[in-house]
Amino acid sequence: MTIQEIENQLVDEFAAFDDWLDKYDLILDMGKSLPPIDPKYKTDQYLISGCQSKVWLFAEYRDGKVYFTADSDAIITKGIVSMLISVLSGQAPDAIQSADLNFIDRIGLKEHLSPTRSNGLASMVKQMKLYAMVFKMKS
Amino acid sequence: MPIDIQKVRADFPILSHTVYKRPLIYFDNAATTQKPLQVIKAISDYYENDNCNIHRGVHYLSMKATEAFEEARKEIREFINAPSTHEVVFTKGASESLNLVAASFGKKFLKPGDEVVTTIMEHHSNFVPWQIICEEKGAVLRVANILADGDLDTRHLYSLISEKTKIIALTHVSNVLGTINPLKEIIAHAHRMGVPVLVDGAQGVAHAKVDVSDLDCDFYCFSGHKMYGPMGIGVLYGKEKWLEELPPYQSGGEMVKDVRIERTTFNELPFKFEAGTPNVEGVTGLRAAVQYLKNIGMEEISLYEDRLLKRAVEGLSSISDMRFYGTAPEKASLVSFLIGDIHPFDAGTIIDKMGIAVRTGHHCAQPLIDHFGIPGTVRASFAFYNTADEIDRLTEAVSRVKRMFA
Repeated sequence: MTIQEIENQLVDEFAAFDDWLDKYDLILDMGKSLPPIDPKYKTDQYLISGCQSKVWLFAEYRDGKVYFTADSDAIITKGIVSMLISVLSGQAPDAIQSADLNFIDRIGLKEHLSPTRSNGLASMVKQMKLYAMVFKMKS
Repeated sequence: MPIDIQKVRADFPILSHTVYKRPLIYFDNAATTQKPLQVIKAISDYYENDNCNIHRGVHYLSMKATEAFEEARKEIREFINAPSTHEVVFTKGASESLNLVAASFGKKFLKPGDEVVTTIMEHHSNFVPWQIICEEKGAVLRVANILADGDLDTRHLYSLISEKTKIIALTHVSNVLGTINPLKEIIAHAHRMGVPVLVDGAQGVAHAKVDVSDLDCDFYCFSGHKMYGPMGIGVLYGKEKWLEELPPYQSGGEMVKDVRIERTTFNELPFKFEAGTPNVEGVTGLRAAVQYLKNIGMEEISLYEDRLLKRAVEGLSSISDMRFYGTAPEKASLVSFLIGDIHPFDAGTIIDKMGIAVRTGHHCAQPLIDHFGIPGTVRASFAFYNTADEIDRLTEAVSRVKRMFA
């Protein structure tokens, strides 16, 4: 699936709920379903530091595609990390770099990507795109 | 007269708002309080009828605005029982008041090897300015510990005071723990050792009657916006003998007496510390806030807020795995907590979605949060416009968070 198709699917999933608490229940479920990161990458080297919650991000490049794994110490952050990974992981560097990720806004979670929110997510998106750029240059 | 809660709430328009389709419950009062109509109206009245630059015009409006500005200073002097109006300096807020004293006091009195004593429960505003000036002057910042319940370890504090100590800078009330420090006892002790005391009153002044003469503190700093007044206005109270000795903090118009090419002489107190056009709008709003608080009565406010605190502690304690930070016997109306191992960011996000504004994180007191070895806390801080019913809704919200993350 393309990035856009996955984004649309996520937006539809959230549209089924009216109450914000139900939407957050879904985010929690997504957080729980995030494939674990290899513990050896859960170090300061892979840490994206936010003021409130932390995110660890690792990426590798196989057959022209970028694969991400990640974790967070806060479950809501982890849920959003999980969505970003489902959208971007396994995509080509060009597609990752040009993704505008407006699904976050369409779902109504824009606040979480605001740099002032200080939860590491805004920096995480930057870091994912940076990985894509570096892999593309190296390949 | 006991607080008429319906009447009080009607004074605060923002309290009738809904968020996420739920009635707003505002428990972030330690960050900033909401403003009553009386304050909002005072500000719009000022711009509609009185706006003018003060202290220098000879025309009607300027004199009227100057008079109102200086009347406000009198009112604030009376509110904190300062001996004289020229000991009341207007600033941008508590942070600026604290920076002013740290910079000016440090410039004049700190030498290499001198010491400044503070505590681990300080807000960054009363920590970082001292850290900076100590580094600049080669002085040492000594930090007093707290006890397990969040009370200040006064024995440790006293053990840090020596002939090297030039000043003690401590908070009246901890913005994270709620602990009310025994200022009178500490100040008397410090003065016996010949050491002046600065008090960060940002969290103190809105919750109980503050009497700077009775406390005998050398400096007392606070913000207007945490006491139902506007943002961008604050106060530095300082004893005359200190303010006379401190060099000016910023320079410009208003703070000078005579400017010649060779040298400048500075204006008298308090104008020496009020460079530039002052925040007349802010002072006007702050005056209205002080009048509002006086009408309700600081004793009634304290009693009412204590009851809210008691209800919150009882309600939240009924939930298992609650971890409270700050359980000192003398405590202002806020609770800082974690729900088991749930990240404070997670808890705060869900509580917000239930329409309740709480604060999460380190609350600008990182040394304190590090001391506990936690990522932060959830803090609910109460004001006299909050209700028992709202407190019960917080308890329900916390139970809900616990179920969601189970």
